[in-house]
Amino acid sequence: MAKHETPLLDQLETGPWPSFVTDLKRQAATKPECWDILGILELSYKDRITHWKHGGIVGVFGYGGGIVGRYADMPKQFPGVEHFHTIRVAQPSSKYYSTANLRQLMDLWEKHGSGMTNFHGSTGDIILLGTRTENLEPFFWDLTHDMGQDLGGSGSNLRTPANCIGHSRCEWSCYDTEEACYHLTQHYQDEIHRPAFPYKFKFKFSGCPNDCVAAIARSDVSVIGTWRDEIRIDQAAVKEYVAGNYPPNGGSHSGKDWGKFDIQKEVIDLCPTDCMWMEGGELKIDDTECTRCMHCINVMPRALRPGADQGASICVGAKAPILDGAQFSTLIVPFMKVEKENEFEELIEFIESIWDWWMEVGKNRERVGETMQRVGLPTFLKVMGIEPIPQHVKEPRSNPYVFWKEEEVEGGFERDVEEFRRKHAA
Amino acid sequence: MGYNPDKPMDGRISDLGPPHYEQFFPPVIKANKGKWLWHEITQPGVLMHKSETGDEVYSIRCGTARLVSIEYIREVCDIADEFCDGYLRFTTRNNVEFMVDSKEKVQPLLDNLASRGNKFPVGGTGAGVTNIVHTQGWVHCHTPATDASGVVKAVMDELFDYFTSMTLPAQVRIALACCLNMCGAVHASDIAILGVHRKPPMIDHTRITGVCELPLAIASCPLGAVKPAKATVDGKEIKTVQVNVDRCMFCGNCYTMCPAMPLADPEGDGIAILVGGKVSNRISHPKFSKLVIPFLPNTTPRWPETVAAVKKILEAYAADANKYERLGDWAERIGWEKFFEKCDIPFTDKSIDDYRLAYDTWRTTTQFKYTSHIK
Repeated sequence: MAKHETPLLDQLETGPWPSFVTDLKRQAATKPECWDILGILELSYKDRITHWKHGGIVGVFGYGGGIVGRYADMPKQFPGVEHFHTIRVAQPSSKYYSTANLRQLMDLWEKHGSGMTNFHGSTGDIILLGTRTENLEPFFWDLTHDMGQDLGGSGSNLRTPANCIGHSRCEWSCYDTEEACYHLTQHYQDEIHRPAFPYKFKFKFSGCPNDCVAAIARSDVSVIGTWRDEIRIDQAAVKEYVAGNYPPNGGSHSGKDWGKFDIQKEVIDLCPTDCMWMEGGELKIDDTECTRCMHCINVMPRALRPGADQGASICVGAKAPILDGAQFSTLIVPFMKVEKENEFEELIEFIESIWDWWMEVGKNRERVGETMQRVGLPTFLKVMGIEPIPQHVKEPRSNPYVFWKEEEVEGGFERDVEEFRRKHAA
Repeated sequence: MGYNPDKPMDGRISDLGPPHYEQFFPPVIKANKGKWLWHEITQPGVLMHKSETGDEVYSIRCGTARLVSIEYIREVCDIADEFCDGYLRFTTRNNVEFMVDSKEKVQPLLDNLASRGNKFPVGGTGAGVTNIVHTQGWVHCHTPATDASGVVKAVMDELFDYFTSMTLPAQVRIALACCLNMCGAVHASDIAILGVHRKPPMIDHTRITGVCELPLAIASCPLGAVKPAKATVDGKEIKTVQVNVDRCMFCGNCYTMCPAMPLADPEGDGIAILVGGKVSNRISHPKFSKLVIPFLPNTTPRWPETVAAVKKILEAYAADANKYERLGDWAERIGWEKFFEKCDIPFTDKSIDDYRLAYDTWRTTTQFKYTSHIK
């Protein structure tokens, strides 16, 4: 594979941010197919269109997904990327690694692939970028036999779940996001590897409403940690903040002089429900009015902690714009205990109620958020066996186009116009 | 024994899932999981977490290109072996984090990282600009309207000082998607860079038979612009589709479904800028990003128009917003008319919603501010 001239890409080797071009060139020393990656990308920079053919269906026996097939549209010029399939490898919760594990995976990829990767794909997978069809099964054999690791998901199935860092290195996490993510990933291996759904379906697990894995925007079932008792206040630490001895927001604004910390201005006046005040030098919170937005806790991490009665809010239906517009997940279960002790029984039951229904009524390539829009939230709640509550809406409807079921209306829908006419002549 | 293509199901192992996370925990993480009390950012890129046991863990966060080689990952491993007992992690925004269990171990690690040129820039914490969540672009995808890695490199070079400092009113999340499938976080980011097309698909009648399930292509259109049609190929009448050009807004979803409907174009394709999205629930609700610049050209290799637009928006926000105010909170407080004025962005009809629930985005009040837009 010849070295290609890359005058356009060479210009991306300057500047302070790490250069993917420099990295590709370094890898090309031992993996000459990287020159063809650079070559075909240079051509795209010249032509300003992609040079990958449409689609590509490849995989490994036993699975219906996990590998994204891809072929170059100029294979003669760039034989190193004639086949350029991507392998999705299931990543560990929170993306912690040992160097032993990563080195072994890199050795496998050196043997079977292009030498390029993405750490990580947006859904969470380790992305191994570029290999030939005949390498897929040998790679999969080595991955499962030598490393005990598996592929991630692709296609109309449960995609690879992901989580925020959770209890492992955050004081705010209200449940064990790592264990929830791991447990449900293992529990639903069949649904991940063999597409059986109308369309794709994603889980994401965030430990608190800061939502560091963007669950509310990027997953069909969004499990977001919260609490239902009082914010824990350390009044001595509050005094330290007021005295200026602790930096607000963990020091996250230290690069600019924002003046002395002002608890009234920076915390009390910014609370979205106005439920905080100072009294006799102590910070007071009316927790019954608190919506647990995290602002005060974020500003004073050494003085305020989430409550001790912890669980998660479950929201459903986020998706990107195609087809009917982007959606965030909408609140369905305000509070659920999410615990390893009962093997996440309640959450699993909830998920399976959705699947039982959506797999039946969901149209071809219809995300569950769109199915919910099509049938309406009241119908979805009924299907799920969930009582409607005010928390399910931001505001009540303003149009009067209300459906009533026949059995809800006295006398039913069957009527005789003759009888009506006896009281009301035409 | 390895894979035997003659007996593909022999010895096959499947449904293993990911490795258990706990085996990859640094000892200090394993010992203190669920016991953390508070944290502090000791300097840009360095976090300290304090446990109820008294233990501390220092995390050093470095930017990465996301598209990285095995040689790069091995270099990451070399660093983790030398300084971090052989453990490391990646963040949800594709930064890499090295963790050490005492303050004394921080500076030697920082010095080592700095000695490696610009491969491991330390930062991405607090009220700054962190890594750009992005997609495949021309490196691997068949539907992009722009590249991902190149645009991200060009933008991060320009905003680099914001990665290594914490001078903004709040954190600014920038995301890029190379088409409106919006893989990633473009629909909910402070500043979003989105690849867009501006020409309807071409129809390859000679190939459509056999490569395309026509009802799928028809159903794939959000605006009902794709209709069944007939065409003559080599004297034979075939079933195909036609596109009502007046209804097509160039989303490309029909091409996703049907290989015979390509629409990429060097002059037509480019970038739109959206702003004001967020996912956290802090103070205000999560917000979608809104389209403020409908088109910037694909000027390879450094996209100067896009870089300048992102920088201008960021600097207008930095100069004007209140502490803790996300970009969308700021724009909503001052009003979008002021946003356009302060950012010096021309307002066009392309920013006015005309899709389905568009009415909810129009201004049904007499409350507005007089800006230079009112002549």
